Amino acid sequence: MIRQLSRPHRNRGDRIFQGWTWLMAATVLALIGLLLYELVLGALPAISRFGFGFLTGQTWNPVSGQFGALPAIYGTVVSSLLALAIAGPVGLLAAIYLAEFAPPWLDGPLSFLIELLATIPSVVFGLWGLYVLVPVLRSPIETTLHNTLGFLPLLGCTPLGLGMLAAVAILALMILPYVTAVARDMLRAVPDDQREAMLALGATRWEMAWKAVVPYARSGIVGGMMLALGRAVGETMAVTMLIGNRPEISACLFSPSYTLASQIANEFTEATTDMYVSVLIELGLILFAVTLILNGIARLLVWRVRSKS
Amino acid sequence: MRYLSIVSLFLTAAILAACGGGAKPVSRPAQSPAAQSATIQITGAGATFPFPLYSRWFYEYGAKDPSVRFNYQSIGSGGGIRQVTAKTVDFGASDAILNAEQRAAAPDLLMFPTVAGADVIAYNLQDAAGQPVPGGLKLTPGVIAAIFLGEITQWNDSRLAQLNPDVQLPAQNIVVAHRSDGSGTTFLFTSYLSQVSEAWKQKVGVGTSVEWPVGVGGKGNEGVSGVIRQQPGSLGYVELAYAAQNKIAYASVQNSAGAFVAPTLASITAASDAFGNALPADMGQLLVNAPGKESYPISGYTFLLLYKDMADCAKAQKLASFVQWAITEGDQTATELLYAPLGSNVEQKVVQRLKTLTCEGGKPVTGK
Repeated sequence: MIRQLSRPHRNRGDRIFQGWTWLMAATVLALIGLLLYELVLGALPAISRFGFGFLTGQTWNPVSGQFGALPAIYGTVVSSLLALAIAGPVGLLAAIYLAEFAPPWLDGPLSFLIELLATIPSVVFGLWGLYVLVPVLRSPIETTLHNTLGFLPLLGCTPLGLGMLAAVAILALMILPYVTAVARDMLRAVPDDQREAMLALGATRWEMAWKAVVPYARSGIVGGMMLALGRAVGETMAVTMLIGNRPEISACLFSPSYTLASQIANEFTEATTDMYVSVLIELGLILFAVTLILNGIARLLVWRVRSKS
Repeated sequence: MRYLSIVSLFLTAAILAACGGGAKPVSRPAQSPAAQSATIQITGAGATFPFPLYSRWFYEYGAKDPSVRFNYQSIGSGGGIRQVTAKTVDFGASDAILNAEQRAAAPDLLMFPTVAGADVIAYNLQDAAGQPVPGGLKLTPGVIAAIFLGEITQWNDSRLAQLNPDVQLPAQNIVVAHRSDGSGTTFLFTSYLSQVSEAWKQKVGVGTSVEWPVGVGGKGNEGVSGVIRQQPGSLGYVELAYAAQNKIAYASVQNSAGAFVAPTLASITAASDAFGNALPADMGQLLVNAPGKESYPISGYTFLLLYKDMADCAKAQKLASFVQWAITEGDQTATELLYAPLGSNVEQKVVQRLKTLTCEGGKPVTGK
């Protein structure tokens, strides 16, 4: 529409601007392409050496040169999903409060504080986690869980403080502002007709929020959650400091685990052989793939939600 | 519209300029003769362990000889070796001895030990009465290996109790902490364990990162000491300087002469002295398990990596004089920062070897 309208009296400034934006958009695409190309190129020796077995291998022994990525893939997916399972509902409820119920004098400061949470550097989260969160997690939280429900394999191992649960907790905290901020904006964008219609039918304010406003904003909220999930998948520093860094798959929530991003960050600087470097680059490629797959699922979810409503 | 396009143009140009500017000091290969006579830029990359010392040395040497400027990137030993092999930097630095693959890639690269450091076995322990156990817990090589292999899991294990009859060791799990990032510290520690324990050598081996039988991983010295400080009953290895500055308790380790030795600068230099006569021609020597009653057994050198024949005589001469100054006159600075100076005979050998460096295809480097 706009393009057609502007074509007849197109001036030079317009043309330059259009070309410029096109160039910038193309740059983004080219960067992604280049990134993928470099990753594949770097990972090629590892791919040809280990093949598909790399994705299912569970040994990680740099000394003997045996590498398997499954523990890190498992740790990445599980820690991110669990974090979203915690931050998702909390963030959504907080957003409903902010958008629908909070008095104006509280809404402003509260929103500001939540957004402030998103600007804290991840190393600060990591340090806070290590010195404040981990001791509290170890005792009383993990110790109590272990003593009362220790017969469950999920809670059966020795509480260390460091480990999967600590990583999940810090990730949940880190993605909470994203979930909240996006959901709040989505809820605010719902037209007032929706609310008025529901209230006119005799609904309580809660029913109005839950049955008329949230479903209307559903696809946007899910999108925001997926954005948060993407952030959790790629989070490196805070997770590395708290997850215990052990490439092992364990059903227990307290045991040390590993993620793709933290394994790369940990080992890249001192990777001493070419194969070792290549293996770490392949981890990066897998991380790329995991992010793409999760994004794809998110698109699918949004699309399904949208087509239903 | 026009206004916007101009703004975006400026922004983009600014970003491009900023990126270009950031890359310049590293990628500029040669300077004009005029610039060279003003200051000579020498770039290096490598180990993080000696970085605080090297940057102090560069600063102090800059006051002595203002015509030379050093630029050192502490990107880790592996990265340093990679960069010096690719000749993108003038010198490298590594905590680990070059392995066969690395030597094959750069056969003319020479290792020069500069200072020595040590891994200490740090712990956080309260005795059975609830009192913190101070530094100086006695450990033998066999016990250390058994703990890191997961064979000793309790603090009141009879092997530990026997060594420390004065300490009421609690019935508590030992939480082992190790480095999760690849590091020279780990290389040194696993080299030591492989020498003192056949079981370790078979099951785990030596490396900058290894497959740990037990324990949790912390990133960097700060990560491991963070675990140790937070976790009652934990034990792990960290660099001496780090443990000392952070006031973490650490153990005395039995050396090959049978004496229990606390890690100090003196006991590390003693290890360097004790091994001095046996220094191999390539100087790639492990200091672990040194003979002599005073030697701390988990000591190790950190190395500068220089090419035997350097491309640029001006740089080569400055670099050689710097290294000579550092190891002969930089001791005071080193000890202040908790790095152990080389033993005297090793120091002499390094000075001798610096004189064998050449440049521009065989010309002798005219240093002092």
